[in-house]
Amino acid sequence: MKTARRQRLILIGLMVLGAGIATAFALKSFNENLMYFFPPTDVVEGKAPKDALFRLGGMVIKGSVERPDNGMMVRFKLTDFNKEVAVEYTGILPDLFREGQGIVAHGKLNPQGVFVAEEVLAKHDENYMPPEVKASLKKQITPAQGQNP
Amino acid sequence: MFLVPDPVVRFFHRMASPPHFYAFSERLMPWLVVIFLLLTVTGLYGGLYLAPPDYQQGDSYRIIYIHVPAAWMSLFIYVVMAIAGAIGLIWRIKLAEVVMISSASVGASFTFIALVTGSLWGKPMWGTWWVWDARLTSELILLFLYLGVIGLYGAIDDKRTASKAVAILALVGVVNIPIIHYSVEWWNTLHQGPTVAKVGKPSIHLSMLTPLLLMALAFKVYYAIALILQARVELLQRERNSQWVKVKATEEGGL
Repeated sequence: MKTARRQRLILIGLMVLGAGIATAFALKSFNENLMYFFPPTDVVEGKAPKDALFRLGGMVIKGSVERPDNGMMVRFKLTDFNKEVAVEYTGILPDLFREGQGIVAHGKLNPQGVFVAEEVLAKHDENYMPPEVKASLKKQITPAQGQNP
Repeated sequence: MFLVPDPVVRFFHRMASPPHFYAFSERLMPWLVVIFLLLTVTGLYGGLYLAPPDYQQGDSYRIIYIHVPAAWMSLFIYVVMAIAGAIGLIWRIKLAEVVMISSASVGASFTFIALVTGSLWGKPMWGTWWVWDARLTSELILLFLYLGVIGLYGAIDDKRTASKAVAILALVGVVNIPIIHYSVEWWNTLHQGPTVAKVGKPSIHLSMLTPLLLMALAFKVYYAIALILQARVELLQRERNSQWVKVKATEEGGL
């Protein structure tokens, strides 16, 4: 390879490398700002903002969804399989909202530590399968879960 | 070169010559169109008709057959564009510059399609058209990078100079590609994690995966078609004063 070409090749390599390292540092320092939501553990440990709006993401605990006054208000608990946070929301829930489903709620904590949501978004998972497959998977999983509650 | 067999090297050397590329691409085009149509018809038939509905999203998930291949293409074309830019910078091959700039508008279109279909999918499933999470934001930045490439190229009159400037912009923008791909793993996002492009088995049933891969192939062939059509026009414009273009013009009775 001719010297001029080799120099250009090295120069371009260094340029891409430099841009990559700079971006990596920038992303590292903004890491927390790039998180779309806080998990319940952060909220329980007090890492989430106290008097400001923020997003809370987690899985709706099975059997925790209740409508205390039979109206639009729903109360449920979110978990990241470590800690739990109670959430209250008044409004229409997305179609995919159900127990055992991941969701992201936007709102703030009230003094009692209950998260009052203004908006609830459903976070669907990366699995795609026909309903029959899901049904047969459930049948296989249920006995195993029974042994290990 | 070092490990590449001789015939392959000769093929690329010949292809780098504009008149040869022009003639070769003309013969290739009908084949590409036939392959594209076959793949699209089977892919769409498989995806929209044969594939079963999803256990969770019902029939709404079928937009995956446009959204995901378009999103893959938006990344793939950017990488091709940047590599072509680097080849143009280092070896000063005219055809590489033409491939680079001809890829930009195709890539921008696929990025736009990925964003729009994602938004249409997001409204019924997530409950919102748009959120500023890491995946969506980085994909939007990719669209702006493509538009920047197109704009910068148009802003500089001398096309050889323009190609160098654009190649540097494209190469610096490459850092965004791994960010888009890994955004759903590095950060909490509303967008779900990878289904197919991950270690281990894809989290999608085979009956749904097959049409998805067919559509991905169809989009790749479509890119080849769009790229070649654009590149031929770009080549003619750049080489308008050279002998082979003049001969071609008189042969076809244009001038």
